[in-house]
Amino acid sequence: MLLWRRLAALRAAPAPRRLSAAAPRPAPGQAPAPAPGKAAVGAEPLSGRAAAAAEPEARARPGRRSAGPPLPPAPDGGSSSLPSGRSGDGGGALRPLYMDVQATTPLDPRVLDSMLPYLTAYYGNPHSRTHAYGWESEAAMEKARQQVADLIGADSREIIFTSGATESNNMAIKGVARFYKSRKKHIITTQTEHKCVLDSCRSLEAEGFRVTYLPVKKNGLIDLKELEAAFQPDTTLVSVMTVNNEIGVKQPIHDIGEICRAHKVFFHTDAAQAIGKIPMDVNDMKIDLMSISAHKIYGPKGVGAIYVRRRPRVRLEPLQSGGGQERGLRSGTVPTPLAVGLGAACEVAQQEMEYDHKRISQLAERLVTKIMSEVPDVVMNGDREHRYPGCINLSFAYVEGESLLMALKDVALSSGSACTSASLEPSYVLRAIGTDEDLAHSSIRFGIGRFTTEEEVDYTVQKCIQHVKRLREMSPLWEMVQDGIDLKSIKWTQH
Amino acid sequence: MAASSRAQVLRLYRALLRESQRFGGYNYRMYAIRRIRDAFRENKNIKDSEKIEELVNKAKANLEVIHRQDHRLWLFSPRWACTLLNYF
Repeated sequence: MLLWRRLAALRAAPAPRRLSAAAPRPAPGQAPAPAPGKAAVGAEPLSGRAAAAAEPEARARPGRRSAGPPLPPAPDGGSSSLPSGRSGDGGGALRPLYMDVQATTPLDPRVLDSMLPYLTAYYGNPHSRTHAYGWESEAAMEKARQQVADLIGADSREIIFTSGATESNNMAIKGVARFYKSRKKHIITTQTEHKCVLDSCRSLEAEGFRVTYLPVKKNGLIDLKELEAAFQPDTTLVSVMTVNNEIGVKQPIHDIGEICRAHKVFFHTDAAQAIGKIPMDVNDMKIDLMSISAHKIYGPKGVGAIYVRRRPRVRLEPLQSGGGQERGLRSGTVPTPLAVGLGAACEVAQQEMEYDHKRISQLAERLVTKIMSEVPDVVMNGDREHRYPGCINLSFAYVEGESLLMALKDVALSSGSACTSASLEPSYVLRAIGTDEDLAHSSIRFGIGRFTTEEEVDYTVQKCIQHVKRLREMSPLWEMVQDGIDLKSIKWTQH
Repeated sequence: MAASSRAQVLRLYRALLRESQRFGGYNYRMYAIRRIRDAFRENKNIKDSEKIEELVNKAKANLEVIHRQDHRLWLFSPRWACTLLNYF
């Protein structure tokens, strides 16, 4: 059928064929660009095959104005005279495939569409009560609040906008602890939490609180019996993240919620990686506080939210003082465009959750099966069943993680969480699940998201297998293992 | 409003696919095409005219969204797309 032939042609010709003519009407508020069509269009690096076709078209319409401002040149030089799509692994000017969705996610076009009016025309401060600019911004902000609340089964009065999950975590832990500090001085958390949670707990220890850092089992899950045993008469808060950002394990939130409710202790969960990807219900799971991050669910960076339960009421001491916005818990102007983006991202996530989850599970299965069938001595960190499929952490034995990452330069991957990637130490999460240090150093985290395609996964798998094999061939440790020597029995001499 | 005919739905489908072709970024383009195709396929057996109306309106709204997008914004360096496609 004609449609199928067009679809096939589509996959082979990435660049749009009509560039300047196809540009839509400018978004409200944008000034028409003075740049002539050639500069705006020619500045983009065009794909090799279509470049020859598109260039004469663009030049043939010199007078045509393309609506919208000229784009900044691509950071890697942006020369449009790059030779046609011959790849080679040395393609330094090529943009890598994005397989690091746990670090951040690209913006969904539907989210951008909802944000644009509030970045351009409707710029009022939502807290201005006296004029229409304020009213319309406030209406948008409240709509976004309702969208976030609908995703987690909460009431919109229980959602407070913050600057991200880090601020939400700080607010939850420090706020609750400090409010009840006259009577309750103990906090329980786990060893695999996000750095901001652990750091908040550490700063509270300096203020005189006692913190129990629960260890995790080899599969990354906490032991519920240990959690029960850790409760003390003056425990005020339990903080356990829903889905771990490094190994993808999903903690038994239902059970933890039950236990906390039974002991009458507040339960906080950092759901930044879980929300919008797995169904979450704060009443079902008996969650009292929840941290939400927009840029993990295809929303804008710089905004997040915290869910604070009202029945039974959770009291917080606010971290940020000011004009009393957001029920006095988080003063400061709520950034309307970002909040609207978060709301839209939550709504889209709710609609797409089932479809995305099915697809991501399939792609993840494909990736893991292919890699593990071709390459021996690969360990998947974290429980096989209780996990979010889109976050896969694999350790390749006898291969150095950094060199594998460097080798896979046309795929954007990470070997641990972004916030710890600067240090040379192996990830504390991997250490907490008991991984050997050499395996912890050779771990790579693959992230699969809504926009990841099958071809990207296949390419990543192919390159990964190729480079692991190549690096192992160069490795003397691998040689020794092939000869049957047990590496742990070797006495390395000191020089 | 008259009930949506088969022809109207097909026209909408083709319009959506045509508009998604304009996405500059490989990921968004492939996602849009795939999602549109899967969504129409999933709902192809629905007979309730009210539900069909609702879905058609949703499709029209999405068409507006795609049409409104400034596609060049998503167009950063599509050259790597060639790497992938040359590979297979």
